[in-house]
Amino acid sequence: MEYLKELVWLIGGPQGSGVDSSASTFAIAVASGGYHIFGSREYHSNIMGEHSYYQIRASEKQAHSPVNKVHILATFENETLHIHQDSVLPGGAVLYDEATTKPEELKRKDVVWIPIHYMELIKQVAVEFGREKDTQKLAVMRNVLSVSASLAILEYPFEILARTVEAFFKAKKPKLAKINVRAAEIAYNYARDKAVNLGFNYRIKPIPTPPGERRILLNGSQAAALGKIVAGCRFQTYYPITPASDESEFLESHPEFGVVVVQCEDEISSICMAVGGAETGVRASTATSGPGFCLMVEGMGWSGINEVPVVIYDYQRAGPSTGLPTRFEQGDLKFALYAGHGDFPRIVMAPGDTEEYFYFGMDAFNYAERYQCPVIFLLDKNLANSTKTVSWFDPNQLTVDRGALLSDEELLKMVHSNGGSQNGKYKRFQFTESGISPRAVAGQEGGVFWNTGDEHNEYGHITEDPMLRLKMMEKRMGKLDLAEKEIPLHKKIKTYGASAKDADCLAVTWGSMKGPILDVLADLEKEGIKVRLLQMILMSPFPVQEMMEELNQAKLKIGVEMNYSAQLCGLIREKTGVAMDSFILKWTGRAMTRDEVRDGLRNIVKKHEKKVVLTHGA
Amino acid sequence: MALNVKEVKTEIVSDWCPGCGDFGILNAIHMAIADLGKPLHKVAVFSGIGCSGKTPHFINSYAFHTLHGRGLPFAIGAKLANPELTVLSVGGDGDGYGIGAGHFLGSARKNVDLTYIVFDNAVYGLTKGQASPTLHRNEKPKSLPMPNINDNINPLNVALCAGYTFIARGYAYDVKHLKELIKKGVEHKGFALIDVLQPCPTYNNLYTKEWFEGIEENEETGAKTKKNPRVYKLEDTGWDPVVKNPNNMEEVEHKMSKAFLKAQEWGDRIPIGVFYQIRTQDYGERLAERMPSYFKTPPAKYPYYDPKTMKPTTDVSEVLKGYQVI
Repeated sequence: MEYLKELVWLIGGPQGSGVDSSASTFAIAVASGGYHIFGSREYHSNIMGEHSYYQIRASEKQAHSPVNKVHILATFENETLHIHQDSVLPGGAVLYDEATTKPEELKRKDVVWIPIHYMELIKQVAVEFGREKDTQKLAVMRNVLSVSASLAILEYPFEILARTVEAFFKAKKPKLAKINVRAAEIAYNYARDKAVNLGFNYRIKPIPTPPGERRILLNGSQAAALGKIVAGCRFQTYYPITPASDESEFLESHPEFGVVVVQCEDEISSICMAVGGAETGVRASTATSGPGFCLMVEGMGWSGINEVPVVIYDYQRAGPSTGLPTRFEQGDLKFALYAGHGDFPRIVMAPGDTEEYFYFGMDAFNYAERYQCPVIFLLDKNLANSTKTVSWFDPNQLTVDRGALLSDEELLKMVHSNGGSQNGKYKRFQFTESGISPRAVAGQEGGVFWNTGDEHNEYGHITEDPMLRLKMMEKRMGKLDLAEKEIPLHKKIKTYGASAKDADCLAVTWGSMKGPILDVLADLEKEGIKVRLLQMILMSPFPVQEMMEELNQAKLKIGVEMNYSAQLCGLIREKTGVAMDSFILKWTGRAMTRDEVRDGLRNIVKKHEKKVVLTHGA
Repeated sequence: MALNVKEVKTEIVSDWCPGCGDFGILNAIHMAIADLGKPLHKVAVFSGIGCSGKTPHFINSYAFHTLHGRGLPFAIGAKLANPELTVLSVGGDGDGYGIGAGHFLGSARKNVDLTYIVFDNAVYGLTKGQASPTLHRNEKPKSLPMPNINDNINPLNVALCAGYTFIARGYAYDVKHLKELIKKGVEHKGFALIDVLQPCPTYNNLYTKEWFEGIEENEETGAKTKKNPRVYKLEDTGWDPVVKNPNNMEEVEHKMSKAFLKAQEWGDRIPIGVFYQIRTQDYGERLAERMPSYFKTPPAKYPYYDPKTMKPTTDVSEVLKGYQVI
């Protein structure tokens, strides 16, 4: 018997058959026993029927990425068996439906095959509860059965599972709690007895956690939405799009926080409505994905020239066009940086893990108000749909910064000193040393101002005067220089692993691809390869100085990105003149796994490979 | 208390062509805002792009000259974030019924409490007179190289089908009548459309002041006589646009069908006035059903931090408990 430091479990099945809730139940049960979870979800652009799967990594240490191999594969049908059989580790187990699986499907000889007659077990439960006639309806319980059977063969305590199943159903369908707990119990006993002589030797058991630690398990969309709520966003617009809608739906499902969520007729409306809302002083935002962001470009330009704070959450998915609608890519970086005609200041930033999805939200809204410009927050499908255990969120670590927003009193005082209290004395675009004008919002007495998409004077009225144009452009664009100066280093880049001096290589990445690199730092160090990880957070304004320092010290510079053209590396080269030596890239729509990133880094350092293209994942 | 019209005007000089119908509409808006008497800082005017798009610059309230066709979403955003504001949106027919048609329909379903005034001159004036969505097929104003190849839309009928709860038509040179229409539109609780017949003296030589008002010029003497004015007022015919009981489907259908037919009248006789009005729950009221504090602390006023410490004050711990595993 071997007690695992890390267990990997995978469940697959047709979309809409309960794969997600099975995975959640499994993850919660194991997380309750002290394990860190990283759960990644893959699905088709389809409502029902296409193959989907969910991989749960349960680890004694934090986990940040999917991996290549699994200990247990839970299946109900042949497609999952066929697609994922090869990913099972030798000595691992495959749960399969003995009623529907032909013996020739069981190809692997080095894994433990655990037959489960789902319908027979369900019938047994149905009889117990006097619901024989409902057997077909109760077939969905096979999800609970597979989770329970998996935990049984691991000899993980049934009580924890029972508690999890009970809580899960009590929250959603309380009348079904009892029957599901019983189903779990029957499957647990059945699988434990079956597995006794089959030679499955992997085990897990609850592990102690630090006293006082409070841990939550949630996905990136939920973390991002909570981040918006705490940051003060009270006006959210959206048009349905995968994978961004989850965030808006979360906000709408919590009216207690007072967030007005408006579903618009398209993304053009979404951005314009958010900007219109922001004109009244509310922290306003919209959430979308690449195709929707394409439609937002004109509206964003308007907010740029009118210096309206608005925050755009772009959940990246694989493009171009509709691309791979439910798959992952870091393909929007250059678009986010350059979208729009003409020059206007924008802040572009990318959080790289679930905590940052929550905590960096405040930065996004603070920057928008402080620098009075649009902020693009680049998230991605990978983290949005992945569940992770993180420490309890602590909003007290955060501080609100409303920039040069004028209180009602300050505004009145200001217009009085400008010559009277009547309307029209306030200059919305007043020239100042910093380039930032004191900001009034619609509805405030004395603050009447004008906005126009045309070039304008200090009051906001149209001008085509060449010298005024010169000054206004300098005023607006200068705000980026100010932001670059003011934003502290740790909000621009983060580094992990080996020190700059010791490192054999510098792996430069952004967004969620920080995860797999974090996961291999220790392993590679054991092999004698010292990796320094550099995560870029702030892309615009670009931290030239800080990046030059890092790049100049690096012996070997490796760009790691989920896109075809290495967009971040291109940006770095544009801003610093420094090119990467090697690349690890992937554009299959499936997130980089820990294992392929480890192999890729090793091959680059040891074998001097120039470009490693990754392909793992079904 | 009513304001002096002077207070509502800015010092910005308009660059519209002499004789443009826009002047009449602007005067009516100025007068309506003055009559309504709301403090100007509680008024917000939005516009799209085109000649009409410049309107906000001439109004001494918060005023936003936005993007082509997008005035409505901007306006809705401001109204929903701060329902204390009286919100007007203005734009041309190309702006609202062409490039902004999606918003023209989508906004109607929300019944947001604001007033939308369309400067309808059947051409794209600022780009030198191309055919717009309300120009009829085969018509050829002097600015068109060929007769219009597209059919026109009837904005009042589209609005009726889309769900506008106040539908009216004004005439740019009947300023007093238009002023009253605008006031009614603002006082209406819900989404009001006022389509305004607006002669474009530079590019549309078909829908002219003379044509609308039946003015004929004696070519010899130059003397003008008003014979058969096309434009007439619905209220002078005893027209009753208001649905008295919105729950009475029979009445709703009856008033709607009548309005639909009336809106088709064009040519020798062109009705202006309120065609249809119904009071149904507006978007703010719908929001307040979900969030009882909506009107008290709307998004623009929602407290979410301590102004002394600048620390966020929203307590999300109940939600976090739902995710707690340890």
